[in-house]
Amino acid sequence: MRLFTFAAPSRFYGLSGALLPWLWASALLLASAGLYVGFVLAPTDATQGEAYRIIYIHVPAAWMSMVLYLAMAGWAAVGWAWNVRLASMLARAIAPTGALFAFIALWTGALWGKPTWGTWWVWDARLTSQLILLFLYLGFMALVEAIDDPKRSDQAGALLAVIGAINVPIIYFSVRWWNTLHQGASVSMTAAPKMASIMLTAMMVMTFAFWAYAFAVVFTRTRAIILEREQDADWVRTLVREEAVDA
Amino acid sequence: MGSGGDIVKARSSVWRVILGRDLRMAGRRRIDALLPVVFFVVAVTLFPLGVGPEPQMLRQMAPGVVWVCALMASMMSVTAMYSVDHADGTLEQMVISGQSLVAIAAAKALVHWLTTGLPLLVMSPVLGVLFDVRAEALAALCLGLLLGTPILSLLGGVGSALTLGLRSGGVLLILLVLPLTIPALIFGAGAVSAVDAGISPAGHYSLLGALLILSALGAPLATAAALRIALH
Repeated sequence: MRLFTFAAPSRFYGLSGALLPWLWASALLLASAGLYVGFVLAPTDATQGEAYRIIYIHVPAAWMSMVLYLAMAGWAAVGWAWNVRLASMLARAIAPTGALFAFIALWTGALWGKPTWGTWWVWDARLTSQLILLFLYLGFMALVEAIDDPKRSDQAGALLAVIGAINVPIIYFSVRWWNTLHQGASVSMTAAPKMASIMLTAMMVMTFAFWAYAFAVVFTRTRAIILEREQDADWVRTLVREEAVDA
Repeated sequence: MGSGGDIVKARSSVWRVILGRDLRMAGRRRIDALLPVVFFVVAVTLFPLGVGPEPQMLRQMAPGVVWVCALMASMMSVTAMYSVDHADGTLEQMVISGQSLVAIAAAKALVHWLTTGLPLLVMSPVLGVLFDVRAEALAALCLGLLLGTPILSLLGGVGSALTLGLRSGGVLLILLVLPLTIPALIFGAGAVSAVDAGISPAGHYSLLGALLILSALGAPLATAAALRIALH
């Protein structure tokens, strides 16, 4: 019961404001620690040389892009089904970060592929479905931006996100079967060798860093959306007036 | 009681009314109805001109080219599925009439398939011949399009309802719907490649059929929800 009190935009604004410094600080600390372990302490890979180190960014980014899509679709659905304004705002705030992580995963994948596979891009099932995930993010963002009325925008976005979430596994498996039928890419990432524990540590620390970053940036963006949408509410006016006095 | 029977009767009648009306309207605007097919033929014709006329390469490309152009032709015409009725207020009347929106959405998708998907299907063997496709592969292409083009009309209906009345509706719709049609493209074009490689295409047909059933069950519901969102 008490958790739901933070579904009110004004209370969420206060809570997230208190959390934000901690989130940014932990994102920064975890990222520096993870990068130090990954880039300095972890040994050079026997077969891939130094180029493998990009996985400390690549793999967590790919994970985040998938988790964030589900989170976005989930919050959008909650906002649509129970008319929770904050949930819809969260969904909208998650989308750009998810798209960014999907893009980072693709880009770092290309940077890793060039020295390792000898090519920037292969039509591997994972790469292709990651690219399609990026398209789904772009579609969601384009749709919610194109609709001016916030309520219609939230609901239409929710419907699209839910349809996309149902389609993600279908797309993934069709791309996988298509790939095996064409036998195009001879390289596969599924047969990864066992990872040394220090490498795994670095990757997990980086994953937590990305989580902290995602929370921080999504909360920051949600706060901006709250202020924009609730600009006529009393508490926002009071807040703005107080900040004007402080400055 | 008997109200359940009445509801079923009302649904089937609204379905029939929309079907008859939209088909009659398409018949009166024949050039509009033919535009997607003309686009399809012109777009497919560009590929040999761009890539070169080697028969071996054309044969290999044909299923993909025909499928991608069919996708584009369907998406371009799907915008008008609801926007014309929306512009003159008919769509609002349909929504407030209390009739089942799901039945209306299903009828609209069927009309779109009859006026766009079916002509594309009829034209595709001719284009296949231009690409020097063998008879068995041609049959696989047509069967794949028969199962796949209704999926495009159904998914296109959802996109059309979602982007109703928006400034950049047409391009936006293509961005929204194309990623969702990728499985249909893969299995439709894959069936032809399978026949070419001497493998049975039965698995591809089954998967296309499964996708068709899934979208036939889900898309009208989603379209109805999108219409309600757009018009409230």
